[in-house]
Amino acid sequence: MKSVCFYFQVHQPYRVKRYRVFDIGNDPEYFNDRSESDLNNRRIVEKVARKSYIPATTLLLSLLERHPEMRVSFSFSGVALEQLERYVPEAIELFKKIIDTGRVEVLGETYHHSLSFFYSMPEFERQVGKHRELVRRLFGVWPRIFRNTELSYRNDLGTWADAAGYAGVLAEGWDPILGWRSPNYVYKPKGASNAKLLLKNYRLSDDVAFRFSSRDWSEWPLTAEKFGQWVNAADGDTVNLFMDYETFGEHQWEETGIFAFLDKLPEEVYRNPNIAFRTPSEVIQMHEPKDEVDIPDTLTWADTDRDLTAWTGNPMQKAAIESVYGMEDDVMQVNDGKILEDWRRLQTSDHFYYMCTKWFEDGDVHAYFSPYESPYDAYISYMNALSDLRLRVEKRLH
Amino acid sequence: MFGWEFPPFNSGGLGVACQGLTRSLSRRGFEVLFVMPKKLDVRSEFARMIFADVDASKDAAVLEGYVVNSMLTPYLSSSTYMRKEGERGIYGRDLFSEVARYRATGARIAREETFDIIYAHDWLSFGAGIEAKKATGKPLIVHVHATEFDRCGGESGINQEVFDVERQGMQEADCVIAVSELTKQIIIRYYGIASEKVRVVYNGIDESTAPSGVGMRRLRSLKESGYKIVLFLGRITLQKGPDYFLRAAKRVLEKDPRVIFVVSGSGDMEDSILQLSASLGISKNVVFTGFLTGTDRHEMYVAADLFVMPSVSEPFGITPLESMKLGTPVLISKQSGVAEVVKHALKADFWDVDEMANKILSVVSHPALGESLSRNAQTEADALTWAAAAIKVDGIVHELIK
Repeated sequence: MKSVCFYFQVHQPYRVKRYRVFDIGNDPEYFNDRSESDLNNRRIVEKVARKSYIPATTLLLSLLERHPEMRVSFSFSGVALEQLERYVPEAIELFKKIIDTGRVEVLGETYHHSLSFFYSMPEFERQVGKHRELVRRLFGVWPRIFRNTELSYRNDLGTWADAAGYAGVLAEGWDPILGWRSPNYVYKPKGASNAKLLLKNYRLSDDVAFRFSSRDWSEWPLTAEKFGQWVNAADGDTVNLFMDYETFGEHQWEETGIFAFLDKLPEEVYRNPNIAFRTPSEVIQMHEPKDEVDIPDTLTWADTDRDLTAWTGNPMQKAAIESVYGMEDDVMQVNDGKILEDWRRLQTSDHFYYMCTKWFEDGDVHAYFSPYESPYDAYISYMNALSDLRLRVEKRLH
Repeated sequence: MFGWEFPPFNSGGLGVACQGLTRSLSRRGFEVLFVMPKKLDVRSEFARMIFADVDASKDAAVLEGYVVNSMLTPYLSSSTYMRKEGERGIYGRDLFSEVARYRATGARIAREETFDIIYAHDWLSFGAGIEAKKATGKPLIVHVHATEFDRCGGESGINQEVFDVERQGMQEADCVIAVSELTKQIIIRYYGIASEKVRVVYNGIDESTAPSGVGMRRLRSLKESGYKIVLFLGRITLQKGPDYFLRAAKRVLEKDPRVIFVVSGSGDMEDSILQLSASLGISKNVVFTGFLTGTDRHEMYVAADLFVMPSVSEPFGITPLESMKLGTPVLISKQSGVAEVVKHALKADFWDVDEMANKILSVVSHPALGESLSRNAQTEADALTWAAAAIKVDGIVHELIK
């Protein structure tokens, strides 16, 4: 009895507006860009909801109604939910509806989609707690499965999740780590006694998330029928398809046929009576762990390196991360809601991603998903905003 | 190839570009006959130098015109400008008669030599190129490094004579090479040349300026006491935006007084810029070095924490590449050709003084920014070679010859 496990990531950061040195000490608002640019958080959230979240969730609702056996799972960052609540409450309503079917699992993560796990465990746990409360308030459910920002994973995350009582953690099924093992089985994190590890089948996941509309691809066009066959033919106990929810409508536009694909997929999968859609919790209950997996170095689902270098690899990123976490003690001491919230929003991993110079080096500018003109512009706005925050904190301390 | 200046007898980027292109074309197997208007002690292992004022058909000892040992400048320095008060613009009448004389030699030289293609750099040489084409019927390529519009920073004040020569050259040519998309658009818009006739070939950089030497003592000691150095290096003229540099400097100094702004170069705006630094109240933080060459120039780039090119209209801009190659990060005007090509540089609109100041202050305050820019810029500059430009020119030449 094989499982197909879908997991969709929903996240929108609070992007830092163009913040100049002259704004320091004069403007305590860092995230309120009102222009037509991609720094306007409201504009982006409304656009993505319109192109992706709403149509995709409407379709999922219909699929869940048509296919009572259908199951999927989601993880929503706290900052995404906040913005949707404020700007597109219709999207929240739709998410509530599908979760209320009882067949859509909600995962746990850090509220602010941060890398705090690697820099401050106390802060990490506070953010996980806040996220849990938000999910409870909005959807009435309690996450049992955990995923860390950018699907980052290391042995100590596994043991932390185990101690915290999670039934499972997600990670990237990266060949160099797996060695001869296949991602299509449930595993045990090294050192964990109870929690299990679910690994992303990146080939099949990326076929949908990245290659779907690529005419250069030998398998284009990807029909639900073809994909259903691949899933069917895959070895092992489970096929874990983990991807960004924006795949549906934003990364892959409607014209590519992505919605039609999703619409047909359940019936294609069900052609084989031995396969079923399952949530991560169900997969873990269903299948015995095959082996223990040792992942001592941080693994993520990002680009070809599958590590954290896209966020922490260059001097600007290192300086920025050190600066923001260096403020923790003072921020906690001041204990001011707005300052705390601004500090946390500045921890969102996207800010450091925008400072990445990797793709600029490769010359592949198309891979640079950024609302800034260059990584340097991203760094400048970020550090200036942080300087203003520091000023505000210092004023309160004295 | 008709040129006007060639290192070491050059006052600006034109000569550097000619040298770079000549060298890389030679390496691709082209034989280059480089014509200069006057006989100078210039040598190149990559080209045979021909001097238009030397008539090889006459007795070898007899020279046409006169030998000049001084630098030939296409543009006046401010001292000559002052002497020629009453003249409008930045050109002296002497220059126009030089250009006319040069033009007249074009046909003669063309008939004396064998070649497949005529190549002319900028308006100074276009006339000679046109005459050479008339005499031989060979195809003519004109290479536009700058236009009157760039030099005058806009539409007012352009010299009609120069404009006419520029336009005639582009019209008579079989192909027009522009150093950037920016320049190409100017050519299409103001000179009425068809888009298909204009090809973009970006300048490159193979080696930076001469090797290091001793100098800049005062600046060194300032650096040691914790001052940051922000450098403007170029002709002090409208086109290069030196006044925007000083206005940005003032904004910077309002926030951080420990920055020194260095102005290296000479030009018709020298005096007015000096006065501007005084009237802005920043003269204590502004250092004027005059025109630098060789080791001093190299030292200056290396000493700087940031190089700024606030050009109002820069067809390409080789100086930022020189800076990047030496590891000094750059802030460049978006209104420049080089901004089209480089990624690891800070950019701003030339008129956005606040943004320039913002970026200058950011580099000065955050070592990680300068570090990242420096490292990545060096790698990037190393890849922007003249060899790449030569490949494009090679393609164009073969198209024309077929």
